[in-house]
Amino acid sequence: MSEETKTIESEIEEIKQPKEWQPAILGILCNWCSYAGADLAGSARLHYPESIRIVRVPCSGRVDPMFVLKGFQKGFDAVMVLGCHPGDCHYAKGNYYARRRIAMLQDLLETLGVPRERFHFEWVSASEGNRFAELMTEMTERIKKIGPFDGVTP
Amino acid sequence: MRIGVFVCWCGSNIAKTVDVAAVAEAARDMPGVVYSTDYKYMCSEPGQNMVKDAIKEHRLDRVVIASCSPRLHEPTFQRCIADGGLNAYMVEMANLREHCSWVHEKTPETTEKAIHLVRMAVAKVTKNDPLQRNEIPLGRRALVIGGGIAGIQAALDIADAGYPVVLVERTPSIGGHMAQYDKTFPTLDCAACILTPKMVDCASHPLIDIWSYSEVEEVKGFVGNFEVKIRKRAKSIIDEKCTGCGECLEKCPVKGIPSEFDENMGTRRAIYRPFPQAVPNKPVIDRLNCRKFLEDKCGVCAKICPTGAIDYAQEDEVLTEKFGGIVVATGFGLWNHSVMGEYGYGKYPDVISAIQFERIMNASGPTDGHIVRPSDGKTPKAIAFLSCVGSRDQEHGHAYCSKVCCMYNAKQALLVRDKLHDVETYVFYMDIRANGKGYEEFVQRTIEDFGANYIRGRVSKIYPDNGQMVIKGADTLLGKAVEVRVDLVVLATAMQPQNDAKDLARMLGISTDQYNWFSEAHPKLKPVEVLTDGIYLAGACQYPKDIPDTVAQASAAASKVIGLFSKKAILSEPMIANINEDTCAGCGLCVNVCPYGAIELIEVMDKEKSTRENKVMKSVANVNEGVCKGCGTCAAACRSLSANLRGFEGKQILAEIDALADMVKGRK
Repeated sequence: MSEETKTIESEIEEIKQPKEWQPAILGILCNWCSYAGADLAGSARLHYPESIRIVRVPCSGRVDPMFVLKGFQKGFDAVMVLGCHPGDCHYAKGNYYARRRIAMLQDLLETLGVPRERFHFEWVSASEGNRFAELMTEMTERIKKIGPFDGVTP
Repeated sequence: MRIGVFVCWCGSNIAKTVDVAAVAEAARDMPGVVYSTDYKYMCSEPGQNMVKDAIKEHRLDRVVIASCSPRLHEPTFQRCIADGGLNAYMVEMANLREHCSWVHEKTPETTEKAIHLVRMAVAKVTKNDPLQRNEIPLGRRALVIGGGIAGIQAALDIADAGYPVVLVERTPSIGGHMAQYDKTFPTLDCAACILTPKMVDCASHPLIDIWSYSEVEEVKGFVGNFEVKIRKRAKSIIDEKCTGCGECLEKCPVKGIPSEFDENMGTRRAIYRPFPQAVPNKPVIDRLNCRKFLEDKCGVCAKICPTGAIDYAQEDEVLTEKFGGIVVATGFGLWNHSVMGEYGYGKYPDVISAIQFERIMNASGPTDGHIVRPSDGKTPKAIAFLSCVGSRDQEHGHAYCSKVCCMYNAKQALLVRDKLHDVETYVFYMDIRANGKGYEEFVQRTIEDFGANYIRGRVSKIYPDNGQMVIKGADTLLGKAVEVRVDLVVLATAMQPQNDAKDLARMLGISTDQYNWFSEAHPKLKPVEVLTDGIYLAGACQYPKDIPDTVAQASAAASKVIGLFSKKAILSEPMIANINEDTCAGCGLCVNVCPYGAIELIEVMDKEKSTRENKVMKSVANVNEGVCKGCGTCAAACRSLSANLRGFEGKQILAEIDALADMVKGRK
């Protein structure tokens, strides 16, 4: 087999190989800390996978569990809710309400058949651009390992 | 529905990785979109004009700007479309720059993501309702927190513009760090000569109230309507009676308490004023050291006070006052180098910090300006100045440069030679950062005219030997180890935020950076504002600054307050909660969760059950528009979906998520 054929064959092989699967992740971020942290990751040109789509809300306290459920209903492979660190909420204590609400939501999700690791709630501050980018990379890798979400069966 | 989509290149910031023309093309097919285009700089004047013209030409009723973060330019485009004749809130932004082009490589997927972001914004704007801003009252009285040079300057500027100011300072006197300094670089003005007249101006200004020995305890309310709880700590002195004669200061028998003002280089008594030029020039009693309070003995000060101004029974006074605007000027603290083993854990008396040396040099300091070393009171023959002690040092938690040390090292090295001709000075430095007007020339003067030995390198060890301190370090320019013997070592310790900066930040609802410096609203364009309206920053509470920069920022903060106060009225935030009274069951859950107490239950007529004859009342939630800040916690809590947050309504957010259905399907 000549060199040339080899190359062509490997190229064909490459074409045949499906492109690596990228998960679809929904992020619901509070405006004052986490969305600003995501902005900072941008200003600092920190690269992370393009799997995330971000919805901006004023406060993690605004996150109606419905938004998360809607994400899974639409078939997102993972949903993340990010808010200000405890004590740093722009609205004093919205993130505490979020924390309680989400603790209940996690149980509900499991009951509905959404595996726990597909939902992530975390604090990211406005100065944590690094942390945001790392989190996006980690989350994408984690979801890649567990594969696509086949949805909540009605 | 006639939506216009405007895709910005942001020069090459977006266009480099995202195919903007393809995004604009794709937008054309999105539901409701009748027009889309792309342009190099959407926020520029031609860009904004393009939007305004398109609104008219294509009769647009909603606009999507696909450019940078809404945190940066949402207000810009709200004004733009308002100028174009639409309600300002009929615009949404897709964040193509911070969340897409800057964080991903140039691939088809990046452009695809950009299209998704636009799709989300289009879906959201479809559900936008026009919003209005209402007038809310504005109290024209300012609070300045911190009485250092920043607070003094801000208070004077605001008061000179004709508005009343309360200047709160927690120590017994205003003046701050600047009052402790000897001379100031690069002009060598004596700090007291330029500061004390300003302190006196503050005290005598009819519109300035100085509340010394006082602290802010709680901040409520919002721009124009802050309610601040301030604790006036008991001075044990009746201000109105005290004439400041100072008799008590001489007679108090409790001596030898380390003086905070002299940085423990000198002592004070139990009744004291920090320094003779203090403003207000009245003493306070330090209850932790006073024998009257400890043992119920003594009482000498009360006996000799000619005006009977001593009041041992005085209690703290807690006042709640209203203010329209707040200037935060709480300054900095200094890092304690006693964790550094290589410099002796702060245990060698002749290794002192630069601020302690400032007190030693100061004519009104503990040594009356005689430069002597603390251990034996002898005049030093050789002094070493070490820069970057804790600054530019990740290991000790300050990656940043403290900005002023290079200059005061040079100043102190110069002044020492000026006072004591027979002294060698050594300055160990990492880099000389002398970037201010006349600064570089000043450093050169110290080296050339005042013979300071500048050694580029760090010091690895200091230890005592035969009555002197031995300094071992490196000279990185010569590439060899150096060892010098000196009598006194002066450390330029890092500036850091006040220990309780975080507590104040929480009280004010403002954010801090990783070190706890207060965060400005924008690092370049909003350097004195914070993200909460009506609160402004001045001086080193934001980041290390020298006096000229501090004064400039203080005047800037003052001008922001004056600007605010000169408005006829302020407008309420439009993105606040509202209640659908028809569906509200009056359960009161929103009342409980509201962080601001902005919701209460009121009685309204039940439209369903009322007849013409019988009016049936029911209770429903009601939002106080002046108090609501728009967090949306109530909207997430409401069981009947009656509470909603304007601008972030459930239907808007759900529409955004729905708009991504195609993306999700494409990836299965």
